[in-house]
Amino acid sequence: MPVTSSVVRDEGRGELSTRSSSSSGTKAGTAVRARGLVKRFGDFVAVDGIDVEVPLGESFGFLGPNGAGKSSTMRMIGCVSPPSAGELTVLGLDPRRDGSRIRARLGVVPQQDTLDQELTVRENLVLYARYFGLSRAHARAKADELLEFAHLTDRADDRVEPLSGGMKRRLTIARALVNDPDVLLLDEPTTGLDPQARHLLWERLFRLKRQGVTLILTTHYMDEAEQLCDRLVVMDGGRIVAEGSPRELIEQHSSREVLELRFTDDDHLGLEVAVRDLADRVETLPDRLLLYSADGDAALRAVLDRGVSPESSLVRRSSLEDVFLRLTGRSLVD
Amino acid sequence: MTALAKGLARLVVIPAGAGMSRAVLERNLVVARRYWVSILSGFVEPVLYLFSLGIGLGSLVGQIPIGDGRVVGYAEFVAPALLAASAMNGAIYDSTFAVFWKIKYGKIYEAQLATPLGPRDVALGEVAWAQLRGGLYAAMFVAVMLLAGFLSSWWALLALPAAVVVGVAFAGAGMAATTFMKSWQDFDLVNLAILPMFLFSATFYPLSAYPEALQWVVRLTPLYHGVSLLRSLTLGTVGWALVGHLLYLVVMGVVGLLIAARRLERLLLT
Amino acid sequence: MATVTPVMAGRALEYWLRSYRGTWRASVFSGFLSPLLYLASLGFGLGALIDRGPSGGVAGLPYAQYVAPGVLAVTAMQTAVGESTYTVMTAVRWQRFYFAMLATPLRVIDVVLGHLGFIVFRLLLVTVTFAGVGAVLGAFTSGWVLAAVPVAVLVGLAHATPVMAFSVGRETDVGFGLLFRLVIVPMSLFAGTFFPVDQLPPGLRPLAWAAPLWHGTEAARALATGRFGLWPVTGHLAYLLVWTLGGLAAAVVCYRRTLVR
Repeated sequence: MPVTSSVVRDEGRGELSTRSSSSSGTKAGTAVRARGLVKRFGDFVAVDGIDVEVPLGESFGFLGPNGAGKSSTMRMIGCVSPPSAGELTVLGLDPRRDGSRIRARLGVVPQQDTLDQELTVRENLVLYARYFGLSRAHARAKADELLEFAHLTDRADDRVEPLSGGMKRRLTIARALVNDPDVLLLDEPTTGLDPQARHLLWERLFRLKRQGVTLILTTHYMDEAEQLCDRLVVMDGGRIVAEGSPRELIEQHSSREVLELRFTDDDHLGLEVAVRDLADRVETLPDRLLLYSADGDAALRAVLDRGVSPESSLVRRSSLEDVFLRLTGRSLVD
Repeated sequence: MTALAKGLARLVVIPAGAGMSRAVLERNLVVARRYWVSILSGFVEPVLYLFSLGIGLGSLVGQIPIGDGRVVGYAEFVAPALLAASAMNGAIYDSTFAVFWKIKYGKIYEAQLATPLGPRDVALGEVAWAQLRGGLYAAMFVAVMLLAGFLSSWWALLALPAAVVVGVAFAGAGMAATTFMKSWQDFDLVNLAILPMFLFSATFYPLSAYPEALQWVVRLTPLYHGVSLLRSLTLGTVGWALVGHLLYLVVMGVVGLLIAARRLERLLLT
Repeated sequence: MATVTPVMAGRALEYWLRSYRGTWRASVFSGFLSPLLYLASLGFGLGALIDRGPSGGVAGLPYAQYVAPGVLAVTAMQTAVGESTYTVMTAVRWQRFYFAMLATPLRVIDVVLGHLGFIVFRLLLVTVTFAGVGAVLGAFTSGWVLAAVPVAVLVGLAHATPVMAFSVGRETDVGFGLLFRLVIVPMSLFAGTFFPVDQLPPGLRPLAWAAPLWHGTEAARALATGRFGLWPVTGHLAYLLVWTLGGLAAAVVCYRRTLVR
């Protein structure tokens, strides 16, 4: 597959140029294939034998709390961290041998921005393109296009330092696109951003997904995983504990609805015993009880009938948060 | 020949690269455009030293014998040594303090290594940049020497490339050393190595000023070889010893670069 | 008000001394070792050539004895300038502890004097060490070297105060590199440290005479060798005092402009 493609602008819509090979979501081939993949740092096992297969064109997520092994996995896929054991191919190539050739076709958004503080916004894009061996003319045209994509055109000649967190993140994502990558690796793309900046980023990523770019991302935000991922794996302690589409995971590991109960009484354990038979499953958290049930309203009525009176109650649909709680016994964000 | 090359490659595993070190060099050039005044002013210092020592002290020191029966003025004697020392100082600055900042705070290499660039490209690109800058200073200094009439031989044409060799040697070694540094405090060690070399490597007076035993210590230092190399070329006292000096510096530069690239790989690609 | 200033400045000084206990290691090389290396290389190494040369020493002295007071004065100047450039920038921008001081009852004048007090302390450490080791090595031969130490401290102050005024308002440290390259290094090389100013072309001599460092070097050399006239030395010291006090006034104005807004 050719790495370079001419810059084609989608008339009028300000869309990114798309790759010559394909612009729909269906591509043949595998972006990432891992079998028994392990990463050790001394005695510490960060990734403990995972199997993953991501076809091209898919949006794939690694979901898990801090320390689950997501970033180590991403660095191995990004060919900047040699695997300790197991098999790994990226775009059909072996990272140990063909790291440079693979990286030529990847876009990488690391967890912490690695923007060049000594350069302006535009120079960051142009010089990064030069690292890929793209011609100066191509690099400049691509930079203009990406500045627009990232909503940074009027900050093009500013230094990076004074930009807001959201702007820096958008610039990092734009920078990862200079080589029209086949696969975009995003390590916690929206951590630390305010809600508005997150939604803007999601919208940009969604556009890329629609153009057929393979997205591989890590996150510990449930809503992010549900918004962006076709399929995801839940990681905990370096292992994969579940795999599927967001819908499938919820269906397999949780009930349709959840009843949340808050009490003024601190004796949650006693309360749990009192309502345990009214739901498929009950989780006791420090500040509330979660009752998993196909019909949340019915469960609430049963609770009230029993004479248990919560301070407040809420019926909602199950989310990935509940899946995670079920699988690991912990909540995701602290 | 190829068998030899393969054997060598197995002996010293050459770190990965994509043959794209010029992109790293280009990045440094773009940044340098912003600091050109301060970069240009780096040329002034060795020239000031030359005038201070040559003109101020010259008449007090008198003539210096240079071994082939001739004697030269002190300024003529000290100028090539200052050229070598400034090549060393420039290379050390660019390959230690600047590189440390880029590894630890700027995250420059982390970004570069996420692209097709490999650690070899980064190491070569940085050393190439240091040499471009050092070469510019050296060229200006050689021009000053020419105008002052301190170049007494056609061999002096080789002074500029020789100064670059001195720079590469120190840049390679400096960058290798930097990959072992943990904090800014460690850079005291750099000064601890550089200043004594600047002051004692037969820079300001001939090696014969030392007792025999000390002469051998001085002969071990890399700057001594740089100074001797440049002094032979500008004064035209060329002999086979030149090859020895050159070999010492080239080996130092190549080994330093290999270690630097290897260590960058270990530091950044874990 | 004037009577309480020493007490207040003393509190700021205490801060500096305490933080120095954690960082003194970093200054050992530049402060103590490097002047001794210069003395060894130029004073004794090159000095051997000079003493055998056409003039047989400088100004009737063996070169090591001639150059040692010069190195003493230059060391004082460089130590003081180092403390009043990067350290000031650290205190204003990188760690902002000047602002922390001003959030207490301390006033701008106390902050300036407190920092100067610390610079005096550093200067004393450096100059006393150099004078002591230099005497052991035979570069200082007269007990008068004790009088050269306070002169060197004054040389430091004469540079510290104007440079503090220059540094406090700087946005970045780029200017410091230029200050060193274009002012401090040329002064070190040409203002009578390593050779008498009359070796310079006549046109350049007034520049050297105007440099406060030259007055410091002359006074330190006259005292250290014990061969001095009262009036010339008084004149040199007065010139240094003018720089110190003028710089101090400028520093207070500049500090106020930057720190109190």
